[in-house]
Amino acid sequence: MSLARDRTVQGLTLALGVMLIVAALVPSWIVNQLLFGFSRAIAVLGLMVLWRTRLVSFGHALYFGLGAYTVALIERYAQVSDAFVLLAAAALLSTVVGFLIGFIVRRYRDIFFAMLNLAFSMILYGILVKTEALGSTDGFTIEAPTYAGIAFEDASQGKLALLCLLLVVGWACAVGVQAYLRSTLGRLTTAIGDNEIRVEYLGYSAEKAIHIKYVLSTFLAGLGGGFMALALGQVDPDSMVNWTASGELVFVTILSGPGSVAAPFIGSFVFEILRTYAFEWMPHAWQMIVGGTLLVIIFFVPGGLWALVARVAERLFGARAGAGPAAAGTGR
Amino acid sequence: METALTILLDGLVFSSYLFIVSLGLTIIFGVMKILNVTHGSFYAWGAYTAAFLIGLAANAGWPDWAGFGIIFVAAILVGLVLGLLLERGILQFMYQRDEVLIVLATFGSFLVLEDVILLVFGVNPYFAFQPMQLLGAVELGGIARDTYGLTLIGLAVVLAAGSWLALKRTHWGKLLSAVIFDRELSMAMGLNVSRVYIVTFVLGAILGALGGAYIAPTVSVAPGFGVDVIVLSFAVVVIGGMGSVPGAMIGALAVGIVRALAVHKFPQFELFVIYAVMAVVLVFRPEGLFAPVKARKI
Repeated sequence: MSLARDRTVQGLTLALGVMLIVAALVPSWIVNQLLFGFSRAIAVLGLMVLWRTRLVSFGHALYFGLGAYTVALIERYAQVSDAFVLLAAAALLSTVVGFLIGFIVRRYRDIFFAMLNLAFSMILYGILVKTEALGSTDGFTIEAPTYAGIAFEDASQGKLALLCLLLVVGWACAVGVQAYLRSTLGRLTTAIGDNEIRVEYLGYSAEKAIHIKYVLSTFLAGLGGGFMALALGQVDPDSMVNWTASGELVFVTILSGPGSVAAPFIGSFVFEILRTYAFEWMPHAWQMIVGGTLLVIIFFVPGGLWALVARVAERLFGARAGAGPAAAGTGR
Repeated sequence: METALTILLDGLVFSSYLFIVSLGLTIIFGVMKILNVTHGSFYAWGAYTAAFLIGLAANAGWPDWAGFGIIFVAAILVGLVLGLLLERGILQFMYQRDEVLIVLATFGSFLVLEDVILLVFGVNPYFAFQPMQLLGAVELGGIARDTYGLTLIGLAVVLAAGSWLALKRTHWGKLLSAVIFDRELSMAMGLNVSRVYIVTFVLGAILGALGGAYIAPTVSVAPGFGVDVIVLSFAVVVIGGMGSVPGAMIGALAVGIVRALAVHKFPQFELFVIYAVMAVVLVFRPEGLFAPVKARKI
C-alpha cells in the first residue's frame, strides 16, 4: 500500500485543507490557541515516537528550548528575521545536538534514559539562567518575523501567515512520521519496546534504531520550539527549558496517546484550551487539573484521548478510524 | 585561605542540606524501585506546615526554642498523612506496572499536591525565622556564620549514623536489606513485603518533609518551593548511586562542595556544574558511584 493510499495520510490531508479554511475564518484568539497547540504538537509527535518504544524523556525541553532560543538569538544578534531561515536553523541545531547526545543516551532505558535527558536539559537551563547575554531568567522578546521577504504590517495577519506555515509544516511532519512508522525501521519501534533481545536476534541493532528515533524526536522538538518562540513572541527559560517544561511535553504525550500521528495535534489543542479556561475560572487549580488528568489517564484510559476518539469513531462509522495497530496495546 | 574556609563551610552546610533532602528519596528508590517525584511535595508540605505552626506558636507566646520541636512534629505529621495517602491511594495499584509509568503517576500526584498547597496555605510567603534568630551567629576562623546553618551538619550526621545503624544493626534493617536484594524471594520466605513498602514509603516521606521543615526557618516559604528540590535531589541520588545511603552522602558532598566552589569562584556556573557532574556520572556509571549490588537473576 503506497503512502498516498494510507488512510491516516488521507485523513491528515483532508484535515489540513479544512484547517487552512478554518484558520482564515476564526477569531484571532483561536488562531493563537492553534499556534500554541500545534507548535507543541510537533514536539509531542517526536515524544510519541519515543513513547511507542516505552522510552520517556524528562528532558526534551532541552531541544524545545534550543529551538526557541535559536530563533530568538539569531533574530537578536544576526538581524535575520525570515521565518523560514529561523525555523530551519532551530531544527538544524537541535538535530545536531540531538545526534551527538544520542550517542550517549541510546545505551540507556527506563528511568535512566529519562534521568540522563533530564541532566542534559538542566545543563542548558543552568547556562541560560546564569548568562546575561542569553537573557538570564527573563528571556527575550522576539519581533514579528517576515515570510520569504514579505512583512505583514498587521499583527493578526502575521499570526495567520505563521499559522498557515505551521499547518503545512505540521502536516508534513505528521506524514513524515507516519511514513517512518510504516517502514521497517519504524515497525521496530513497538518491537523494541516489547522485547529488545528478540529484535537483536533478528539481526537489527536496537541501539541504532533508538538513536535514529531519538534524532527524529530532537528534530521535531527543535522545530516545535522554534514555532513556539515565533507564536509567543518571546522566549524564557522557566516555561521552555526547565524540567517542568519537559514534564508538560510528557504530559501532553500521555494525554494524546500513542495511537496515531494525528493524536498529538488533538491532544495539544485540548491542552491549550484547557489551560486557557482553567486560568480564567480556577487560577490556582491548573496544576491540579493536569496532575489529576495524568493520573486518570494512567489508571483508566491508557490509550489517551486518541483511544476515546477512536472509540467514538468506531461507534459512528463501525470501523477503526485510521488507528494504527498500537492504538490500545502500547498503553499498558 | 579565608575564601577556602568559606567555600568548605558553605559546601558542608549545603551538602548536609542535600543529604537530608535526598535520604528519603534514595531509601524509597532502594527498596521500592520508585523514582519518587512526589518527594518535592513532601519537602514543600513539610516546610509549609512547619512555617505555619511556628508562626502560630510565636503568636501564642510560646518560647522560640519550641520551634525545634515543632519542626520534627510537622515532619512526622506530613510524612504520615501524605505518605499513607499516596502509598495506599495510588502507588499500591501500580507495583505491577512499568517503572516509567510509576514515575509519571508520582509526577501527577506532585502537580496535584502543589496546588493543594496553594488552596490550603494561600499564595503569600511564610516566614518562620524564630529558631534561626534564637541561635544567632558564631565566628569560625574569622568568618561569621549563622549557627542554625551549622546545626544542619549535625542533623545530617545524626541521620546518616541513624540510618546506617537502623539498616545494619536492627532486625528491621535486615528485613529491609532482604527486600532490597530480592523482593520475590523475600515474599516466598514469608516476609510481608507490602507492609515493608508502606513503612518505607512513610519513612521516606517523613525524611523528605523533615528536609523542608528544617530548612523553612532560613528561607521564605513561597509557592513553587518544591520544584527545584526535586531535580537537585535527583542529581545527588544519581551521582551517589540510586538506593544507596552512603552514596547519597558522597553525592551530597560532591554536589555541595562543587556548588560552593562555583558560587564563590565562577558564579555563572552555579547550576551548570551540578548537572554537568550528574551527566558525567550517568554517562560513565549509569548506576551511580555507589550503587548497591544487584542480585543476578536467571
